[in-house]
Amino acid sequence: MAIAQSVLEIVLDECRRHRMKTVDRINVQVGALAAVVPEALTFCFQVVAQGTPAENAALDIETVPVVMRCPLCGELFEMEDRLDMCPQCGPVVSGLSLISGREMTVMSIEGRGSDDGA
Amino acid sequence: MKVPVVRNILEVNERLSQENRKIFDAKKVLVLNLMSSPGAGKTSVLERTAEALQDRYKMAVIEGDIQSSFDAERLQRKGVQAVQINTDGACHLDSNMIRMAMDSLQLEGVDVLVIENVGNLVCPAEFNLGEHHKVTILSVAEGDDKPIKYPLMFQISSVLLVNKVDLLPYVDCDLHAIHQRARQLNPTLEIFDISCRTGEGLEAWIAWLEARIRERKNLP
Ligand SMILES: [Zn+2]
Repeated sequence: MAIAQSVLEIVLDECRRHRMKTVDRINVQVGALAAVVPEALTFCFQVVAQGTPAENAALDIETVPVVMRCPLCGELFEMEDRLDMCPQCGPVVSGLSLISGREMTVMSIEGRGSDDGA
Repeated sequence: MKVPVVRNILEVNERLSQENRKIFDAKKVLVLNLMSSPGAGKTSVLERTAEALQDRYKMAVIEGDIQSSFDAERLQRKGVQAVQINTDGACHLDSNMIRMAMDSLQLEGVDVLVIENVGNLVCPAEFNLGEHHKVTILSVAEGDDKPIKYPLMFQISSVLLVNKVDLLPYVDCDLHAIHQRARQLNPTLEIFDISCRTGEGLEAWIAWLEARIRERKNLP
């Protein structure tokens, strides 16, 4: 719920800034490692957005895969079962670094202002 | 119209956590964010830690887990200041709750503040509270697959306490596998195998903690 609330605050802030009257779509990126269940976020957002310009907005949640960098060969690879191994070097005991997978970002919003229909 | 935003959803919490951190640093208080699943033994770790420190350092506790069997009076008898937060059913603490709890704490002269987070391994991992270190507690009774299930928790923690090791002969848990999986996710993770019941391993954990307290105070 706190996360949905935070999304709404950012959206409403951007609405004011861009004089947007109605929000149609919100594009969000969420890393696969982040503590967000897309269905739960969508549901919570609908609840908190009631009565705001974003109440009918579609929340488009893009999941960003977990990508690690191997410390031995520098290869970037997608972790499939989260404790995977480097495709080049095999099992890596330590030193894997996380390149993506923790994102929680509002990327863009789409909507209409008072005098434009687009 | 489409407007680019690119703002971190947790930006408000992040900003508040940095403000909290400034207050902690100004008062030279070491702050730990203690996280675990329910039943891993957070309360006994707190009590054992309070006992070990009571003659040398002043401790305070912010209690955010209403599910735990936290006993404020027992801690207060050990000289520990304790304040309870009403989380209103939230699955994690946030920086604003900590800020409000700080109003009822006398941080002057406190050496270490422990924030007992809500008992789950998912949401608390996302919310920084201004702490210097995150400490995760697991118990061997939970099995050895927690690092696989909750990798983020292990990546962002400074310390992993593996509690209830006295139960190892009776449970299906490969201690070596926990260490290996956790280190794979976080090579700099400090791991202490402890038993709050027998006291095994607590010395090493307390030594780590004291070293961090002294670091905060710029003591040798
Ligand atoms: Zn490699």
